[in-house]
Amino acid sequence: MLKAIKGRGHLIVLLLGLATLLLSLLSLSMGSTRIPVMEVVQTILGQNNESSGLVILEFRLPRIVAALLIGAAMAVSGVLLQGVIRNPLAAPDLLGVTGGASVAVVAFMTLSAGVYSIHFVPFIAIAGAFCAAAVNYVLAWKRGVSPLRLVLIGIGISTAMGALTTFLLINGPAYMASQVLNWLTGSIYGTNWKNVAALSPWVAAGLSVAYLYAKELDVLTLGEEIASGLGIRLQFNRLLLLAISVALSGAAVGVAGTISFIGLLAPHMARKLVGNSHRVLLPAAALLGAVILLLADLAGRMLFQPMDIPAGVFTAGIGAPFFMYLLYKSSR
Amino acid sequence: MGLFKHNRLLKLLGLAAGVLLLLAFMLASVLYGLQHFGVDEVWQAYADPDGSNEQIIITNTRVPRTFIGAVVGASLAMAGAMMQVLTRNPLASPSVFGINAGAVLFLVISLWIFGSGLLLGSMIWISFAGASVTALFVFLLGSRGKGGFEPVKLTLAGASVAAFASSVTSGIVLVNKQSLDQALFWMVGSVADREMEHLTVVLPYVAAGWALSMLLSGSLNVVALGDTVAKGLGQRLALIRLLSAIAIVLLAGGSVAVAGPIAFIGVIVPHLSRYFVGNDHRWLLPYCAVMGALLLVGADIASRFIIMPKEVPVGVATALLGVPFLIYVARRRTHA
Repeated sequence: MLKAIKGRGHLIVLLLGLATLLLSLLSLSMGSTRIPVMEVVQTILGQNNESSGLVILEFRLPRIVAALLIGAAMAVSGVLLQGVIRNPLAAPDLLGVTGGASVAVVAFMTLSAGVYSIHFVPFIAIAGAFCAAAVNYVLAWKRGVSPLRLVLIGIGISTAMGALTTFLLINGPAYMASQVLNWLTGSIYGTNWKNVAALSPWVAAGLSVAYLYAKELDVLTLGEEIASGLGIRLQFNRLLLLAISVALSGAAVGVAGTISFIGLLAPHMARKLVGNSHRVLLPAAALLGAVILLLADLAGRMLFQPMDIPAGVFTAGIGAPFFMYLLYKSSR
Repeated sequence: MGLFKHNRLLKLLGLAAGVLLLLAFMLASVLYGLQHFGVDEVWQAYADPDGSNEQIIITNTRVPRTFIGAVVGASLAMAGAMMQVLTRNPLASPSVFGINAGAVLFLVISLWIFGSGLLLGSMIWISFAGASVTALFVFLLGSRGKGGFEPVKLTLAGASVAAFASSVTSGIVLVNKQSLDQALFWMVGSVADREMEHLTVVLPYVAAGWALSMLLSGSLNVVALGDTVAKGLGQRLALIRLLSAIAIVLLAGGSVAVAGPIAFIGVIVPHLSRYFVGNDHRWLLPYCAVMGALLLVGADIASRFIIMPKEVPVGVATALLGVPFLIYVARRRTHA
């Protein structure tokens, strides 16, 4: 029985992987100029010297790779957080990560008033995310952090950050507001290979460390008493997993802005599909997050051409119906 | 937890002090702002109206926003406390029922269809309808199937429906920019720029919500103990849940219809109140009402002074006043 479930989980992960690959190819071929899928494959294999090759390699591919990385990072960040906090409503924004990043970026944009290059934004965002999460952790520390204290203070921090963002937006110059709002909705428009290069070490390191700690996550999910009874170093593991979660979502937010929904609900979708064992849950959630953001970005590019709608608008529009279906089905 | 928990008299005195403080805050909210008034001027505006600008400010601006702030703050906090029992999740708030997102979605859709010909009065009903329909949908999604109602199912259903609704909202706004300007009025929660009429339209429903939730408060104590215990004690769980859901919709739906989505109060005021009276809902709900009203009226006063002569959104001021308390209370919790 147990083995059957495990086998099913692996199968689903495999299917999700295939789906990701196919959708990526499809997404590469679609756009303002359609490029046949075969040509896409040839290009990636390095056998296409025409202009379509340039479009794919320089414009579409980096954007799609970034979408996959960011989606996976947000989803895994959510899995880690929900495992540590043991609350289904936990999401990366709850630790103040997104709020901290937003404040940092808005402050940077309004105060620097265009003097410094826009390329600094990802780094500023990551710094803001880390600062907010660190403040949250320190304030929640009282002979160790307890999950509930962490999230309650997290609500406070993220609300305060939201308020600060609004405050800076109202007081800042008007032209800044639309630029910032665009960033706040979350968009991967215009990501290039530099972004991907900056993002991939974080995501690769985060995902692999998270996977190594899958067993500890399983145990942490069982609750405080059982976890310490089984000899888990509670505080150390919590801090480590939280740090990875913050690093993953911070890096994602830095490149894409605040993309909602994936961090909160992709983990639940994965749980409905493959169960609670983190060894399959983590890859499944990562792939689901990647697929959702890929589709959201595709919808943003294609639906209202020539307008390019931020992907953050569509993540929930695409993900939520699927999740509701899973919820409906699993309750029968 | 529960500073006054073991002393009935202390709880009663605390509540009375809260009410007095609230009255003082409400008076201050009428008197102070960009223009300061005296009590006699307020008296005159009602006893002997002469149509002067000052009197119009008092009767058409200050008094409505004060009462709206008090009613909305109280209702949101009570709805939040009930929501936290219903979902058995300390992070829950009325917005987890999809109430805010649903109300805004309905507004944006009707603005898109009917254009700017929509009257303010009908917009209130539209957002009330949006809140109720969404909450009903969430409740059904969360309580169907073989397991029946499960708090986690309800929570997840609410979170996904809310996310979906706000996604559709931003999609519509992006496609149809013109609806944005009007919708913005409701998408940013505020107690200012509303008329007394808006409050009196929803007040009967909100008051029914207050009464219903107070009637349920004893049963909520049993529900909070968990399903098995509650059933063992002979509580009709399904009925209590349904009635609580109705009360939440009345309270939070009425609030969002008047003031737009105001976050934060619904989540944190229950926690602040628990710090004083513990988990007994017969006390917790009245404390929530008073403290929620205090926080929102206080935040509304603060919002006028932070960057005078402009006003900051009341959400900013709520955070400013509420966050330090929240951090203090969260740190003081003995076991969390």
